[in-house]
Amino acid sequence: MTLAATLPTRKDEAFRYADFDALAGVWPIAREEIVVAAGQEDSRQIVELGEAAVARHLAIRVEKGAKLDLRILTAGPAYGRIAVDVELAEGADFLLGAAQLATGSETLEIVTEVTHCEQNATSMQVIRSALAGHSTGTYLGRIAVARGADGTDAEQSVRAMLIDRTATANARPELEIYADDVKAAHGCAVGELDAQGLFYLASRGLTPPQAKRLMLQAFVAEAFIGAPNEEALSEAALARLESIL
Amino acid sequence: MLKIDNLQATVADKPILKGLSLEINPGEIHAIMGPNGAGKSTLGYTLGGRPGYEVTGGSVTFDGQDLFELEPHERAAAGLFLGFQYPVEIPGVSFVQFLREAANAQRKGRGEEPLSGGEFLKLAKEKAGLLRLDMDMLKRPVNVGFSGGEKKRAEMVQMGILDPKLAILDETDSGLDIDALRVCGEGINAIMRAPDKAVLLITHYQRLLDYVKPDFVHVLANGRIVKSGGPELAHQLEAEGYEAVAA
Repeated sequence: MTLAATLPTRKDEAFRYADFDALAGVWPIAREEIVVAAGQEDSRQIVELGEAAVARHLAIRVEKGAKLDLRILTAGPAYGRIAVDVELAEGADFLLGAAQLATGSETLEIVTEVTHCEQNATSMQVIRSALAGHSTGTYLGRIAVARGADGTDAEQSVRAMLIDRTATANARPELEIYADDVKAAHGCAVGELDAQGLFYLASRGLTPPQAKRLMLQAFVAEAFIGAPNEEALSEAALARLESIL
Repeated sequence: MLKIDNLQATVADKPILKGLSLEINPGEIHAIMGPNGAGKSTLGYTLGGRPGYEVTGGSVTFDGQDLFELEPHERAAAGLFLGFQYPVEIPGVSFVQFLREAANAQRKGRGEEPLSGGEFLKLAKEKAGLLRLDMDMLKRPVNVGFSGGEKKRAEMVQMGILDPKLAILDETDSGLDIDALRVCGEGINAIMRAPDKAVLLITHYQRLLDYVKPDFVHVLANGRIVKSGGPELAHQLEAEGYEAVAA
């Protein structure tokens, strides 16, 4: 375990939207190393439902031909930061499904840096944020493709839903590519719940909070599709949604 | 049951309904026909309470209650059903989950006991059978990937499950092939033709009225009802056109 020494400032791009008062309380952030050995398959869940500020930094290496399925649910902390650095070796596969749900003046952030170090690795990131009140939800996601890492297939799907117009969503997908034969796709959208859909549900008798909850539940569940414990993650998210709405 | 008196409504500040009056009693089926842009869909949405459809004058009572005092979900609980011309797709939310919650929300609003999972599925199966819609379709996300005809049949299944007093059906016949038209028509009769229920059919064409025989036919033009009559009026419209009849 190594610890970074000095507290970052707002000039530090990876911390630009952080809650610095809260960050000072949890600094320094321990680096958690995860290695998935060649040919192995692993899955991990990071679930942060407590109210206290939390900041984590995962440093992951997925070796040749190995697979990692990582899911993150941050729903509760006043400040929650999950940073994930991933290095992918030849033919490695990384899937990240992350949801962050916030209300009040909570600040949640997910910061990823996925590096395709060698050929034919694949990565997929699905990030869903549902933000109410005056909360802030941030996703900073960088995909780097190293020289020679041909056959890379990297995808990011980033969506944030503002439950209230007073909430803030920041999203910054970044691609840095030094190889020739690369497939990299990213989609990013910040929006509100579909008004037509809400009216359709209400016209059948659902109260406005019920209609919102159903639609948000489906939205957030996209981050957990196919997870080993999909149901438990979705239930935990639903519980938080019910208290937010 | 429904009393519309001199209703005026705007959409994006544009007047669409300009003094529409209509009374519907229990046991009656009314058809509203009219050319494009007459205000037919606006009438349906205004009665359903869709945001953006602003009532600027007149009144509507439903069972003696001021309809505009009620939120859309309260109108549903009071027994109003709006069949959509373009049913909305809602990814990730299954029909079964949504309809069970909707049915139970309405029952709660009326002070009734909720349906258990088993009771609900039995009811859903029965109504899906009536509309010849595969029950598996109802396990899929709401309207996602449904054909036009399947969406309309699914609307009728929802109506069957929710069992409203008054159904306002906005162009239920559009997008239906001949067989689906008959199935939907028979479904409407089976679900809604009862002494204590009523239907307001909004349509362009006479064809649905071959299956769902209206007691009254009204012609809507330029935001008002310009002519009312019996079922023969629909045939006259089909033969002579709106312009000739409404003039």
